[in-house]
Amino acid sequence: MTPEEHFEAIVAAEDKIEPTDWMPEAYRGTLIRQIAQHAHSEVIGMQPEGNWISRAPTLHRKAILMAKVQDEAGHGLYLYSAAETLGVGRDELQELLHQGKHKYSSIFNYPTLSWADIGAIGWLVDGAAITNQVMLTRCSYGPYSRGMVRICKEESFHQRQGYEILIRLCQGSPEQKAMAQDALDRWWWPSLMMFGPHDTDSTHTEQSMQWKIKRVSNDDLRQQFVDMTVPQADYLGLTMPDPALKWNEERGHYDFGEIDWDEFWTVVKGNGPMNRDRIEHKVRAWDQGEWVREAAATHAAKTSAAAATRLTGAAAAGVGK
Amino acid sequence: MTYDVPLLPGESPDIEQTTATAGEGWPLWEVFVRARRGISHVHIGSLHAPDPESALQNARDVYTRRGEGVSLWVVPSSEIHAFEPEDLVDYVEANEKVYRHATTYDIPDEVGHM
Amino acid sequence: MIEPNLPSMPPVLPSANGDRLVFLLACADDNLVLAQRLGEWISNAPELEEDIALGNIALDHLGVARALYTHAGEVEGLGRTEDDLAMRRSEREFMNALLVEQPNGDFAHTMVRSLFFDAYQVELWSDLSDSDDTTLAGIAARALKEARYHLRHSSAWVIRLGDGTEESHRRAQVAVDALWRYTAELFEGGADGYRDRWQKTIEGVLDEGRLTIPEDTYQRSGGRRGFHSEHLGHLLAEMQWMQRSYPGLEW
Repeated sequence: MTPEEHFEAIVAAEDKIEPTDWMPEAYRGTLIRQIAQHAHSEVIGMQPEGNWISRAPTLHRKAILMAKVQDEAGHGLYLYSAAETLGVGRDELQELLHQGKHKYSSIFNYPTLSWADIGAIGWLVDGAAITNQVMLTRCSYGPYSRGMVRICKEESFHQRQGYEILIRLCQGSPEQKAMAQDALDRWWWPSLMMFGPHDTDSTHTEQSMQWKIKRVSNDDLRQQFVDMTVPQADYLGLTMPDPALKWNEERGHYDFGEIDWDEFWTVVKGNGPMNRDRIEHKVRAWDQGEWVREAAATHAAKTSAAAATRLTGAAAAGVGK
Repeated sequence: MTYDVPLLPGESPDIEQTTATAGEGWPLWEVFVRARRGISHVHIGSLHAPDPESALQNARDVYTRRGEGVSLWVVPSSEIHAFEPEDLVDYVEANEKVYRHATTYDIPDEVGHM
Repeated sequence: MIEPNLPSMPPVLPSANGDRLVFLLACADDNLVLAQRLGEWISNAPELEEDIALGNIALDHLGVARALYTHAGEVEGLGRTEDDLAMRRSEREFMNALLVEQPNGDFAHTMVRSLFFDAYQVELWSDLSDSDDTTLAGIAARALKEARYHLRHSSAWVIRLGDGTEESHRRAQVAVDALWRYTAELFEGGADGYRDRWQKTIEGVLDEGRLTIPEDTYQRSGGRRGFHSEHLGHLLAEMQWMQRSYPGLEW
């Protein structure tokens, strides 16, 4: 069997490719990019949500939000770990992000303007993430799939906390309800855009499907998300900002309007409302931390050098002979 | 949500060359957790840390947030030595000592379970 | 409407002799204000692992604060909730120590501030684990475990930075020099035992980090009596904003 045949046999058998297995360079490259961008998304995602930690309306909400953002940082970490098994360092991946060569989920290029946005993000963004993530637990690459299993276990509290915030608002004062409606109006379409372009416009859906990196198409995932979410909005008594949204009995799915693809590509190209801010924030944190990281590394080197000296000194003195 | 954000004209999916050199940052550590008494440590992931104390604290924060774990090990990734899968397969095939396997032996039923 | 309780009594910590309610509120305020400060590091830390570590520590402090506010509300017996106490008291009613309301500054500044506070918390919670107030003893037992961990984290960092590079050493020394003046307040009206043990811990860490205690004996005071630095007002304005803007609602 050639290495290619061996690789294909493993994938076909729904077995996992592990770090030491032979794999096509393009498979490795695609995975590095996808896993890294997933990790970058978790890390950048800390910013819009972190924006409301200091102003959370109650101590309880503050604690939940801090825990959620902390989870997200942890998810970023698991994913960078998985990416590193493919032979690339985290620092390299981060630099690609800083240079704009690596992207992150487009949804985080929108600002969190009110407390209701925190509810909307939990409900919609984490809802969309869950739709995608269950699929990813079946990805052919072992470390990514295992990381996803861990992430999925932790994810369900995220969506619930967001939805619960909105229930409270929608059952509250007229001002609170208006806050929730306004958040939905701003976050609905960007949530749909998270699933990417139509598959007919997506350049590498097919190859990713063949390699079992991607298991379900963009449009199918998006449809799944809409079908799941519309009843949830109905329960809240909120109106979807889409006049074309309608249950289609024949299809057994919701019909919905066309996405504004101009906005989609504008954001992907780096010109959305918060693209520059997110990266500048990230780069600033990294640059300002340079002296800290260097100090820690220097101290560690000093400490292990001192330990080594003691050992060689002891050996030379004939200790323990 | 998609993480394979679409490529723009002129962008390629190939692994980019960067100016960051590997090994400049904090080294990589592998993390092993024993979730409960009676089972073995399992490799659970990795993280970057400047020294063992920091690696332990970070591993605790990242991998045992939900109370998983009675024992936590961290090992510098550079200290892990490994056999490749082919090495192990070759070893087994070259050592066709089937008598190591219990299934080779025929024990009469009357003797009971063995 | 609850009348604001503008404290004018003498400082009370760390003693069971003072007004128990005031004592509980002061401890809670310490932890809440520090949680608020540490939370500011999220997405701003020098490395992802540290975003997680500081987030964890902030959550610990927030948890202790909430437990103390809840207990304080019970002791007071007027039906005030944790949010009534955290979100609807004014800056003149807050009784946190001045140390914790100081801005984060750079990472060295934050770690030195935590070192000073964590070492104090370890002494405080050790002592209170024996309290006659069983609720407080329970809170203390859990807070002590966390405080020990926090002290491990902050002292390791102060040592790394103090005995790291020239730049990190300089920044760490600047932090020690700037924050030392807020340390005496932690021991106002309290048992000398705390101060001595605290001093020993601190000297050990600073020594290993090649850092020195300033000779200047200047010390600030007043936080326990509601006389704060100019920083607390801004911190509370941000923290209390939603409750003040939308009074009486559920979130």
